[in-house]
Amino acid sequence: MPTISVNKQQLFDQIGKNYTTDEFDELCFQFGIELDEDTTEDALKNNEEPELKIEIGANRYDLLCIEGIAQSLNEYLERAETPKYKLSKPTTKLFIDPSTEQIRPYACAAILRNIKFTKYSYASFIALQDKLHSNICRNRTLVAVGTHDLDSIKGPFYYKALPPRDISFVPLNQTKEFDSAELMEFYKQPEQKNNLGRFVHIIESSPAYPVIKDANDTVCSLPPIINSEHSKISLETKNIFIEITATDKTKAEIVLNQLVAMFSRYCEDQFCVEPVEIVSEHNGQSRITPNFEERTVDTSISYINSALGLEQSPEQIASCLKKLSLHATPSKTNADVLNVKLPITRPDVLHPCDVMEDAAIGYGYDNLPKGTKLSNANFIASALPINKVADIFRIASSQASWLEVMPLTLCSHDENFKFLRLEDDGSQVVKLANPKTLEYQVVRTTLLPGILKTVKENRKHSLPIKVFETGDAVFKNDKLERKSYNERHWGAIYAGRTSGFEIIQGLLGKIMQTFRTEWLADYGANSSGRGYWTEQDDSLATYFPGRGASIFFRTREGEQPKKIGHMGVLHPEVMNNFEIPYAASYVELNAEAFL
Amino acid sequence: MSAFQLDVLQQLNALGKIDSTLATFPKEDPQDILSALSSLNAHGKIEYTRKDSIQYDLSEEGKDILANGSHEMKLVQLIKDFGKLKIKDVNEKLGPKGKVGQARAFKNGWIVKSKENELELSDKLQGGVNPSDETKELLHKIVDKKDSEINAKVLADLKKRKLIVPKKVTDFVIVKGNDFSLDLNKLETDITADMIVSGSYKDLKFKPYNFNSKGLPVQSGALHPLNKVREEFRQIFFSMGFTEMPTSQYVETGFWNFDALYVPQQHPARDLQDTFYIKDPSKSDLPEDRTYIENIKAVHENGKFDSIGYRYDWKEEECKKLVLRTHTTAISAKMLHELSKDPKPTRLFSIDRVFRNEAVDATHLAEFHQVEGVLADYNITLGGLISFMEEFFAKMGVTGLRFKPTYNPYTEPSMEIYSWHEGLGKWVEIGNSGMFRPEMLEPMGLPRDLRVLGWGLSLERPTMIKYKVQNIRELLGHKVSLDFIENNPAARLDEDLYT
Repeated sequence: MPTISVNKQQLFDQIGKNYTTDEFDELCFQFGIELDEDTTEDALKNNEEPELKIEIGANRYDLLCIEGIAQSLNEYLERAETPKYKLSKPTTKLFIDPSTEQIRPYACAAILRNIKFTKYSYASFIALQDKLHSNICRNRTLVAVGTHDLDSIKGPFYYKALPPRDISFVPLNQTKEFDSAELMEFYKQPEQKNNLGRFVHIIESSPAYPVIKDANDTVCSLPPIINSEHSKISLETKNIFIEITATDKTKAEIVLNQLVAMFSRYCEDQFCVEPVEIVSEHNGQSRITPNFEERTVDTSISYINSALGLEQSPEQIASCLKKLSLHATPSKTNADVLNVKLPITRPDVLHPCDVMEDAAIGYGYDNLPKGTKLSNANFIASALPINKVADIFRIASSQASWLEVMPLTLCSHDENFKFLRLEDDGSQVVKLANPKTLEYQVVRTTLLPGILKTVKENRKHSLPIKVFETGDAVFKNDKLERKSYNERHWGAIYAGRTSGFEIIQGLLGKIMQTFRTEWLADYGANSSGRGYWTEQDDSLATYFPGRGASIFFRTREGEQPKKIGHMGVLHPEVMNNFEIPYAASYVELNAEAFL
Repeated sequence: MSAFQLDVLQQLNALGKIDSTLATFPKEDPQDILSALSSLNAHGKIEYTRKDSIQYDLSEEGKDILANGSHEMKLVQLIKDFGKLKIKDVNEKLGPKGKVGQARAFKNGWIVKSKENELELSDKLQGGVNPSDETKELLHKIVDKKDSEINAKVLADLKKRKLIVPKKVTDFVIVKGNDFSLDLNKLETDITADMIVSGSYKDLKFKPYNFNSKGLPVQSGALHPLNKVREEFRQIFFSMGFTEMPTSQYVETGFWNFDALYVPQQHPARDLQDTFYIKDPSKSDLPEDRTYIENIKAVHENGKFDSIGYRYDWKEEECKKLVLRTHTTAISAKMLHELSKDPKPTRLFSIDRVFRNEAVDATHLAEFHQVEGVLADYNITLGGLISFMEEFFAKMGVTGLRFKPTYNPYTEPSMEIYSWHEGLGKWVEIGNSGMFRPEMLEPMGLPRDLRVLGWGLSLERPTMIKYKVQNIRELLGHKVSLDFIENNPAARLDEDLYT
């Protein structure tokens, strides 16, 4: 969720009251935003102006600046009406060239005439563009905004894509001219990396870069990277040309609407915006932007009342909605329907359920009737079968004096293979594409790495160290929808001055006895009943040669036995790989065998 | 009781007090005396005090001097016998110690050296005067235990000359104890099986117990605290009729983890920064229910079911990307899709692991556990949801909840659940809840009036509060201390959890 810093005094001036921190916190709580921090104390020390840091919903782009927060809170407090945004007549055009199809196909534009900035509103205008860029614009990949001093350029404007070497201009805050290929290299320098360098990848590999030019062929901007120095705006700028380029048309129009809705309040003709005629014949996107047509969501009154547990009249619901800037009027044709008009600042409303939520917020969550308590009587609860099996393992192991541990499921490739003296044949392990550290390369196929790491971290604990885990390993399986599955495993270790193999054998026996499973001494062809046995298995490279065994389990008389696990004395190389200065024995079973 | 212990009691009885065990029992080893006395003392028979002191024995050389005179005396005798003695002959006649005797005889002024390098008696000893052999006399005093008469400097000199060897001597003074008696009956420390069988306990005296002690540490296994808290939550869910969901599926498809939950394909949660994507296997299948997939496409792309949709180009390929699930809600979605075959009021829950590609710090790990409840019923109200949450949290001892409007892509309305934290003196978020959006439920084919409430919280957070753990890495993962696991108490959630 985005956090917005607003000047405390400015906001309180705009909402008409100097709230205490607690009062304002409560207002935010009711409205559905969150006061993260009031910097008053620090600000006073540092002789700065106090700020409020406010966390807003990720879908409320209209709250990304102080103007929007103040407007919404004023409407919520019933101190203001939703502004009536209006369009004047277009005076210029933006031509979109088919060449942009290959890189960034959509554009729209608008003009703010006779705007008068103050220090605060100018800073807010710049900050809002940043906030939009980092949120809805997804770091300029989906949408990018350019704002220009209209008096320094001349329409009509042209949006096209050109080879990088063919675009030359002095970029914003630079003094010399670059061609755009040079400019990409310049921004990629390490000292630029955290600013504009992080956007370079969006267009860098394209054979043609997007560019906006004016009637005189002057470069206005190189979207989504940088504007030109030539057309830059300042506190004194009177007329602003706003151009938006995008790969997502819906978001482009949302961004344009938010910008002009928030800042047209500073125009001489308040809340009036001059549209721009977009000429984009090749893809059928010719139109006039911005589009201020208010959308209407028809919402059922009985739906709202039923969801809220209320019996409100249409008027009562309308007055709740008005606090959230939604304007409801009863339908002329259907008595159960409210026609809810959405201001251009509320594109987050997608469905009548969003209207219903705003009706609830307007009413106040605290005020909602609790209704009749839901009965628990008709529901028969049950545990997941594998969790019941796992609990039997867990309780039996802890009763046998082992300690339960819960290591992570993710580990390094080496920990799952090389350190255990195993080879990865690529058939089993799920590998991650984008881990931030080497610790998380694969999803484990055995519990052993986590258990060994736990022993290593606890090597100063008194000996012997006896720990177990019941947890999931993950294996690939191409036949499944998700191409992999979890398998519940149980693993237990004994680590000490001696390997304690007989003790691990004894624990296995205890577990098997808990699962009603006999030890079959004369296994194989000579027996046919339920039971388990172990067979030396020198293919288990994790164990010391001659000291590793596979564990077999026959579930019932006459069934084929299944190999359900392995046990043995861990190979000294394994202990060294995990930096454990002890000898150890280990057993691991597939718990699903007991389902 | 040993024979020696009996001997001690008898001597004590006869003498009234034993001033020195060294004197009374000279042959007994001091260690044996000590153990016998401490045992008698424990039974209240005696009191004793210990005195450690240093005594001296003669070395072999010292014993020779005591028998045959000092080296200097021997030299004087020799010179007397021969009149004079060549210096070079001293070694031959008296052995290596002759040099010592020569030096000390010079020092005592007993002998002089002639011009011919011969030793002669000094004037002092002319005429048959016999000097006294001081060294021998000192050693006599040592043997007679009169070493207290020798001054410390001289004693140190004897030690340095290796004529005497110090030894530590332990002596005890013994007096009668409160329960002094000569009988052999000792106080019993424990009731034994034999005593019970024979009935002998009736005639025995038992040692008083020291109750001001914690006893011996017990050897035991232990369950992990996180799983103990998990079990508490499970019991709360079971008590309210919730069935556990099959969440054993860490690898999830983009479809179930995101698209089915109406998370648009450009949503930041789908970023590489936040979600672990899978490299191998590379691509998933999609559910067989094509109608469902078409509905999902429609509701994302152009809108359906009264929603205008997100209005973007929805790509099926994006759904086939495999991820490590970022929430168990992916499984809830699958369960709800199955519910659409036979829609009815349903209660489900899960507590299982989820994964986030986050930077690790004191409160964030790449893995943690999500507690999730899903409740489907006809025409539930928002107020009903609130009171149900109150009932649920009351079972873990958390009351006085408040609900704050919030945003979540797949619930509307969405409510963060807050409870008052006494310690912090403020409202803290303890969970998240909401009604699943129609855009999530209706594509599955669930009826419109079946509303579904979902809520969730992390398992780690209440556990960290319960067990006062500051760093999540000390709770989940391999850095946990086994001592912590061994020693943590039961997880009773209804014991003032958030205070």
